[in-house]
Amino acid sequence: MRTFFALIRRDVTLGIRASGGAALSAAFFALIVVLAPLGLGPDMATLKSASPGLFWIAALLATLLGLERIVQPDVEDGTLDLLRLSPLPLEFVALAKIISHWLTSGLIITILAPALAPLLNLSLDAVPVLALSLLIGTPALSAIGAAAAALGASVQRGGMVLALLALPLNIPFLIFGSTAVAQAQTNTDPTQALTLLGACSLIAVVVGSIAAATSLRLNDD
Amino acid sequence: MPVLAYANPERFARLARSLTPWLLGSAVGLLLAGLFLGLFLAPPDYQQGDAARIMYVHVPAAWMAMFVYGCMALASAVAFIWKHPLADVAAKASAPIGCIFTALALITGMLWGKPMWGAWWVWDARLTSVLILFFMYLGYIVLWNAIEDPARAVRAARILALVGAINIPIIKFSVDWWNTLHQGASVFRADGPSITGSMLIPLLVMAVAYNVLYAALLLIRMRAEIAERRLRSIRLGLEFEPK
Amino acid sequence: MQLIGETLAALRGERIVFRNVSFEVAAGEALILHGPNGSGKTTLLRVIAGLLGILTGRLRLLDDDGKPLTDDRRDQAFHFISHQDAIRPQLRVHETLRFHAGILGAPLKNLDAALDAWGLAALATQSAGFLSAGQRRRLSLARLSLQKRKLWLLDEPTIALDAQSRAQLSIMCIEHLSHGGLIVAATHEPFLGDPKSLHLGPRE
Repeated sequence: MRTFFALIRRDVTLGIRASGGAALSAAFFALIVVLAPLGLGPDMATLKSASPGLFWIAALLATLLGLERIVQPDVEDGTLDLLRLSPLPLEFVALAKIISHWLTSGLIITILAPALAPLLNLSLDAVPVLALSLLIGTPALSAIGAAAAALGASVQRGGMVLALLALPLNIPFLIFGSTAVAQAQTNTDPTQALTLLGACSLIAVVVGSIAAATSLRLNDD
Repeated sequence: MPVLAYANPERFARLARSLTPWLLGSAVGLLLAGLFLGLFLAPPDYQQGDAARIMYVHVPAAWMAMFVYGCMALASAVAFIWKHPLADVAAKASAPIGCIFTALALITGMLWGKPMWGAWWVWDARLTSVLILFFMYLGYIVLWNAIEDPARAVRAARILALVGAINIPIIKFSVDWWNTLHQGASVFRADGPSITGSMLIPLLVMAVAYNVLYAALLLIRMRAEIAERRLRSIRLGLEFEPK
Repeated sequence: MQLIGETLAALRGERIVFRNVSFEVAAGEALILHGPNGSGKTTLLRVIAGLLGILTGRLRLLDDDGKPLTDDRRDQAFHFISHQDAIRPQLRVHETLRFHAGILGAPLKNLDAALDAWGLAALATQSAGFLSAGQRRRLSLARLSLQKRKLWLLDEPTIALDAQSRAQLSIMCIEHLSHGGLIVAATHEPFLGDPKSLHLGPRE
C-alpha cells in the first residue's frame, strides 16, 4: 500500500511540475472554451445550446493532453522495472496512475468549469450538474486514457496513435455527460443521464486498470 | 483427422491453399447471382423506387462490419487465453477486410441517404455507430503498423481488440440512447423499411456471398502472414519447428 | 543464500543473446560478468531479476536452508541497479530517493543515512535535473542503502563515478559481502579484484 501512495505522490508532483502537466491541461480547457465563441459567433442563444457539448469536448481533449507523460517515460527510464519488482500488483500501479492523472487533469477541469460557465452562457441551474457530470465522468477519461497510454508505450511514435485509440472509447462519456448538462439547462431531469454516466465510469475505471496492467506486462520481453 | 490438427500453421497453410480457389470462385458466383437478383429481379421499393436497391450492397456490408469485428475479438480472445499463433494471424488478417466492409457500408449508406433523406450524411444512430466502428478498425490497424517488434505488436493488438469488444455494446447503447433523445421523429424508423420475401432472398444471397468472400480473403491473407512469419524466422536463423 | 543458474539461454526480441550459461554464487561471493557490448550482460541481470523469462535452463534463488524462494519473497531478496536510473529531472534528490524507498517498501528513517553514505546529503534539496552523471549514478546506488537485501544486481555500477566514489562503492560492496551478501555485477572494468568472473559472448 505504501508503494501505491508513494507512486501517486510522485506522479502528482511530476504532473504539477512537468511542462505538459496540470497547468497545460487547465489552460487548454480554458482556451477551447474561450475560442469557441469566436468560431461560433457571439450569439448568446447559440452559445447556450452549444455549451454542454463544448464543455465536454474541451474536457475530452484536455484530458488527452497529459497521457503521453504518464507511462512512456516510466518505461524508458526503468521506473516500470522497479514497479514490477515491487510487491504492488500492476493493476494497482495502473490505478495509481489513473488517480494521479485524474488529480492533475479531470479534477482541475471540474473545478475550473463552473468559473468558465458564464463565458458560454450556460444557465445557472445547469452549473452544478456540469460540475457533477465532470466529477463523475472525467475519472473514466483518465482510465481509458491510461489504458491507451500503456498500450501506446510499446509504440515509438506514440502521440497520434494514442488519440486514435482512446477517442472512440470515450464517446459514451461525451454523450451522457453533455446530455445531462443539456437536460439540466432545459429543466429536464438529468438523473438518468448521470446514472448512466456513473455506471459507465465505474466500468471504465475497472476495465481501464486491468487493460492498462495487461499492457504494462507487454514490456516483459 | 481431428480439427485441431489444422491448428499447426504449416498444415493450415496447405489446407488454405487448396480451399482458396473454391471459396473465391463461389464468392464471385454468389456475388453475381445476388447482384442480379437484387438489381434486376427484385421489385423496386414502393416508396423509394430503384434507389432502395443499394440496400442489397449496403445492408449485408453493415452486417459484415459487425460480424468481422466479432470474429476479430473472438480470435483475439482465443489468442489471449491459449496463446495460439494462428488466432493472432486470423485477427490481424481480419482487420483490413472488416475495415473495407465498414467503409463500403458507410459509402453506400451515404449514397442511399442522399435520395432518402436529402443529405449525404445524417446523424442516424446506426450510421454513427458504423462510423465509430470504422475508427476502431483504423485504430487497430494503426496499432499493428506502429509497433516495430512483432512479438509486442501481437500482444498489444489482442488487448485493443478485446477492450474494443467490451466497449462496443456500451458505445452502441449510448449512441442509440443519444439518438432517440435528439431525433425521436426521424424519417428512418428504428426497425428499418419493411422487407418482403422477394427482397429478402437477394439480401440473404448477398450476405452469404460476402461471408464466403470474407473466408476466401481471410485465408489468402493468413497464408501471406504465415509465410511472412516463416521468412522472418528463417532470416533470424531460428528453424521453424513443425510440432 | 545461494544463486544458481544452469545452462541458461535467453532471447532479446527475436535474437538469442546467450546460451549454455551456468554459474553459482554463494553467500559472501561476488560474480563479475564480462563480455563485449551486446553479449547479454544486462540481459542476464534482467533474467536473474525475473524481469525476463528464460528460453532454456534453470535459475534458482535458494534461501539459507537451501529451499527456493517463493515469488513474492524473491522480489524482496535483491536490489537491481540497472543503467536506467529512474531519475526524473522534475524531482528533487531527496524526493527521488523517498519515492524509491516507497517502491522498495523501505523505512523512511534510512533516507538520511543513505543520502549521507553516498555523499548526496548536501545535494538533497537540489533538483535531480541538475545532477552530474556521476551524481546521478550515486543517487541510484543509494537505493542499496535504503534497505538490507541479500543479493545486489549491479549493471555497470562504476560508470561515470570518480575515484573517490569508486572507492566508496568498493567499500560498500566488500562490507556487504562480509555480512554474507551476494553480488552479481556487469562491468567492463576490474571490479572488487574480480573474485569470480563469468565471460559472456565470443572471446576476442
